[in-house]
Amino acid sequence: MGKQANVNLPDENGRFGSFGGRYVAETLMPPILELEKAYAEAKADPAFQKDLKYFLNDYVGRPSPLYFAERLSEHAGGAKIYFKREELNHTGAHKVNNCMGQILLARRMGKTRIIAETGAGQHGVATATVAARFGLKCIVYMGAVDIVRQKPNVFRMRLLGAEVRSVESGTATLKDAMNEALRDWVTNVGDTFYCIGTVAGPHPYPAMVRDFQKIIGEETKSQILEKEGRLPDAIVACIGGGSNAMGIFHPFIEDQNVRLIGVEAAGHGIGTGLHAASLTGGKPGVLHGNRTYLLQDEHGQINDAHSISAGLDYPGIGPEHAYLHDIGRAEYVSATDDEALEAFQLCARLEGILPALESSHALPATLKLAKEIGPGGVIVLNVSGRGDKDIFTIAEALDENISAGTDG
Amino acid sequence: MTKRIDETFKNLDGKAAFVAYMMGGDPDRAISMELLNAMPDAGVDIIELGIPFTDPMADGPVIEDAGIRARKSGTTLSSVLDMAKEFRTNNNTTPIIVMGYCNPIHQMGYEAFAANAKNSGVDGAIIVDLPPEEDTELRAAFDVHDLALIRLATPTTDEARLPKVVKGTKGFVYYVSMTGVTGAAMSKPGAIKDQVAKVRAASGLPVVVGFGVKTPERAKEIAVDADGVVVGTAIVKAMHEDGVEGALDLIRSLADAAHSLGKSGF
Repeated sequence: MGKQANVNLPDENGRFGSFGGRYVAETLMPPILELEKAYAEAKADPAFQKDLKYFLNDYVGRPSPLYFAERLSEHAGGAKIYFKREELNHTGAHKVNNCMGQILLARRMGKTRIIAETGAGQHGVATATVAARFGLKCIVYMGAVDIVRQKPNVFRMRLLGAEVRSVESGTATLKDAMNEALRDWVTNVGDTFYCIGTVAGPHPYPAMVRDFQKIIGEETKSQILEKEGRLPDAIVACIGGGSNAMGIFHPFIEDQNVRLIGVEAAGHGIGTGLHAASLTGGKPGVLHGNRTYLLQDEHGQINDAHSISAGLDYPGIGPEHAYLHDIGRAEYVSATDDEALEAFQLCARLEGILPALESSHALPATLKLAKEIGPGGVIVLNVSGRGDKDIFTIAEALDENISAGTDG
Repeated sequence: MTKRIDETFKNLDGKAAFVAYMMGGDPDRAISMELLNAMPDAGVDIIELGIPFTDPMADGPVIEDAGIRARKSGTTLSSVLDMAKEFRTNNNTTPIIVMGYCNPIHQMGYEAFAANAKNSGVDGAIIVDLPPEEDTELRAAFDVHDLALIRLATPTTDEARLPKVVKGTKGFVYYVSMTGVTGAAMSKPGAIKDQVAKVRAASGLPVVVGFGVKTPERAKEIAVDADGVVVGTAIVKAMHEDGVEGALDLIRSLADAAHSLGKSGF
């Protein structure tokens, strides 16, 4: 079942084994050291934790339910499949857990301007939402390609008072949005807080975002014990940067009998080279402040990622996943665009739930595993977001025209 | 060789050094090589030779686009080192500092990079996203091969942090005169004198100043307080818009401005 993982990482240098670290320009070193200190103080402050809990409960709507997906389980014909329903959170995804934490921290640090990068737009919407709640200026960087495929979320961010800045450089997707957000931060370090949306970036972000997301796994643990009287055999989650997966995995890392399975986006298929599976098809390198697995060529240039899901379309992965992968504590598999689309439709029809395209990637592995483990087994799937934002992309993939009356 | 850098500052005899950046392989190897070879005669004392990278997080659009052109013409870290090697067949005095991001170097391997750089006649490197906290391994390799790992000090580097930033550095220190990316709005006159003096005192090395320097007038102002002036974006832009001759015209005017003042120092 894998080796014993150290759950007390990162070390003082922000390292998870050989991954992580702080690979940033000198201008950003002082602000990330300041952030590290401010976060450590906030984490230890009961008043901060009390505030966070209040907003997570009454504003976000936590805890999110753990739902027995009975018809899907019957369809799979084996283990019981439970859904951790993060898509029921305010704003429709797990992203808001982290935004609430980071923006409460930004307020505490006296920062007045919030910047964020977004791929599918879920992190952008969550950031814009919480910034609106606290009356903070919010700028969201989003790749021009993603702006086209995620129109509903772009409009939502604008309604929430955020400025959405289109990023045309590079591949005009999530990684380029992150480059642009880093450029903004390096220019406006004094008043600006960079709210990173996943468990990547320079230390302390991978640890901090994980801490804000691990409430998913903590709730899951007590909910499954209540419902089944035991821990699950496996937990499955999709992975782009890896925040929803790390959030649900982390509280189970020391439970050696619980398999942790991350699903990367295989795009058109790993063999085609058109995918976003950094662990399956990449190698270690340095990008966006951390050392981790990256899609890259033999000269160290970053390769474009490909996925139907904008939220998974990223050539890297959080450093703690790289660590869990290398020591063998978590397993990483992949699902293609087509497999995710098919699973999306199955889930819609059998359970009346439209999972986000991101979360849909975790479904095929879950169904397969349910059959493998067989009756008596228990699996938890993290339904990290809802699929309403994806209906235009899905309609296009299914060759259906739903544009009447809208600009989509 | 760190010696080539030290000799350069010594021979300037109190004048400020003119440090010019160009992107290796922009728009292709042959044209880029022409500019590189012509730089010393146009008045460049130290050459910063850019290594293109897909994700240049600390650069503005001008240098990012130059990197895209360079990569399109097949430029890699190895080919940039090879340009330096070719340059050395005609010039054994002008220091070359390669400048870029960590991943291509990480991919080559820190030791292999240091050995290849040394072999190619490179004198040092500036790795934008490799702060002191992360550069132990590369610094050790550079020490073995007598190469200078140039560190950056910035307006956010406070007095408590400065000693850590300059510790173990060789050649010179690069003071980034403003917070922001390369090619951003012009930095304000004045304001750098105290900073340069602090960095010089902490490091015991010459301090060159860059970011936001675009005109001979500004270069001259910087030269009053600093041991060198760095210009990058303006040269890359001139090269793209007006070709090698256009870039060299700009370089000559900037070099004259930087060299126009004598001052005490290194």
